[in-house]
Amino acid sequence: MHEQEFLKIEGLAKVYPATSGNKPLTVFEDIHFSINKGEFVCIIGHSGCGKSTILNALAGLEESSAGVVIMDGREVSGPSLDRGVVFQSHALMPWMSVLKNIEFAVKSRWPKWDKAKVRAQCQKYIDLVHLTGNEDKKPAELSGGMKQRVGIARAFSIEPKMLLMDEPFGALDALTRGVIQDELLNICAETHQTVFMITHDIDEAILLADKIVLMTNGPEAKIGEIVVNTLPRDRTRNDMHKHPHYYRIRNHLVDFLVSRSKLLRDETPAGYDAKRPPMVRPGLEGDPEPQPERERVRPLLHAVS
Amino acid sequence: MIKSLRIRSVLVSLLLLGSFLLVWQLATLPKAGGLQGVDAEYAALMGGAVQQSNVPGPVEVGKTVWEKLSNPFYDNGPNDKGIGIQLAYSLARVLLGFGLAIAVAVPLGFVIGMSPVMRGALDPFIQVLKPISPLAWMPLALYTIKDSGISSIFVIFICSIWPMLINTAHGVATVKKDWLNVAKTLEVNHIRTALQVILPAAAPTILTGARISMGIAWLVIVAAEMLVGGTGIGYFVWNEWNNLSLANVIFAILMIGLVGMALDLVFGGLLKLVTYRE
Repeated sequence: MHEQEFLKIEGLAKVYPATSGNKPLTVFEDIHFSINKGEFVCIIGHSGCGKSTILNALAGLEESSAGVVIMDGREVSGPSLDRGVVFQSHALMPWMSVLKNIEFAVKSRWPKWDKAKVRAQCQKYIDLVHLTGNEDKKPAELSGGMKQRVGIARAFSIEPKMLLMDEPFGALDALTRGVIQDELLNICAETHQTVFMITHDIDEAILLADKIVLMTNGPEAKIGEIVVNTLPRDRTRNDMHKHPHYYRIRNHLVDFLVSRSKLLRDETPAGYDAKRPPMVRPGLEGDPEPQPERERVRPLLHAVS
Repeated sequence: MIKSLRIRSVLVSLLLLGSFLLVWQLATLPKAGGLQGVDAEYAALMGGAVQQSNVPGPVEVGKTVWEKLSNPFYDNGPNDKGIGIQLAYSLARVLLGFGLAIAVAVPLGFVIGMSPVMRGALDPFIQVLKPISPLAWMPLALYTIKDSGISSIFVIFICSIWPMLINTAHGVATVKKDWLNVAKTLEVNHIRTALQVILPAAAPTILTGARISMGIAWLVIVAAEMLVGGTGIGYFVWNEWNNLSLANVIFAILMIGLVGMALDLVFGGLLKLVTYRE
């Protein structure tokens, strides 16, 4: 691979120490993967596999029990302005207006900037998420989708080297989610932002991600495999399902979540190396042609998200 | 609908007030031929004084109110000052003691709210000190401070500190973790986090504590001034009791209620300013 590894996760583990009468609980262990510059990586797994903990470790908000996170050649040891975070519950300050919320971030990033410059930077990102005209509204006056857009604008406004998103669209209705996904796709294409995102939505992952990290079930979760998105990067929500690889990828993901995420935890396949989890490229090199009966998985698709 | 509800409750309020005044007036009417049932010799001894009712009626109190309020700021020496001056003394003491309490309770509440160690360490002291009647401190205060004015301020301080301290600690401890995480990921320093995230987030809880404190302080100042004497609305009540001027006592009671209500309204307004909708 010619791109440089921008972020590296090596041997990450989270163990909750033994409490009275309980054995220590290993949420996940031996997590190794890397993210290249400008890459969009999604992580999918069932609840309890430690996705959020991994994201918090990347953000520097939570300490892992073992392993290191290396970004841009330096170890992550705490929260930093280099990594913007979009929180699941938007986490806007309800007493601040939209503008003030973003200003809070911009002023933290560039404390020496004068008023006009701060204002211009805020406006740029408010416009980018199409919230122009809502600058003075309080979060309580906004819809769920608009709040999450403010959260995204706030994270982007500090121009972080990397963006971490914890299931940002989980609480939104399908229509709003689609619109914001498109916006996010555009912004990322424009800014070449490196993104790590948790999602439960398979279609969201296929639309947005270059690489999809699949976690086996917790506890003692590990990376089952990493699926490379073989759809062209200029895919859109409207046409991606027409691509021959689309259902290959999708069925693979559904199959993983429905059955293999559990099987792989209970039984480590021969030749599994946690340091180099298996890479799968649906539709490309080495991926077997789908079995005819595999098609039956399709009606199940909507049940998983 | 809401408007008509309001009108109706105002009407009922007025009706209740009217009937209360009427009953009051009837109950305090001078009894005609009030000597029945009274020993003739005793009546003679009293010079006919029992014929008069001792409790003033609403008309008499109304006259007193009008008279006192039309000249609230006169000062004819230590035992005869206008009601405005007395209230101003009381208010000044309350505000001083209350201000000191804010200065101590809010920072200390922040410490307790942010540090579980400090919370554990200070909790036993708070639990013991909180239920002590503020007036129980008075002798100790008088002895150590040797100034009655400052002692009453101290009593106000000690009674208003607890609700604010407890509410501040609670408000600070329960600030949403997400907001703190936002501040952390933006590398916001501790002071800016405290002032721009924790303080506004906890402000409604803190102000609710302050409102309760102010209510208690206004209750306590009357008792404290009755003990300490000299000036203030509490002293005024006690002085008028010694003068057996019940009309003035009733007037003072009314003023204490009105000022207390005004103070509460101020805090209600402040609370509205800092309350946020999520």
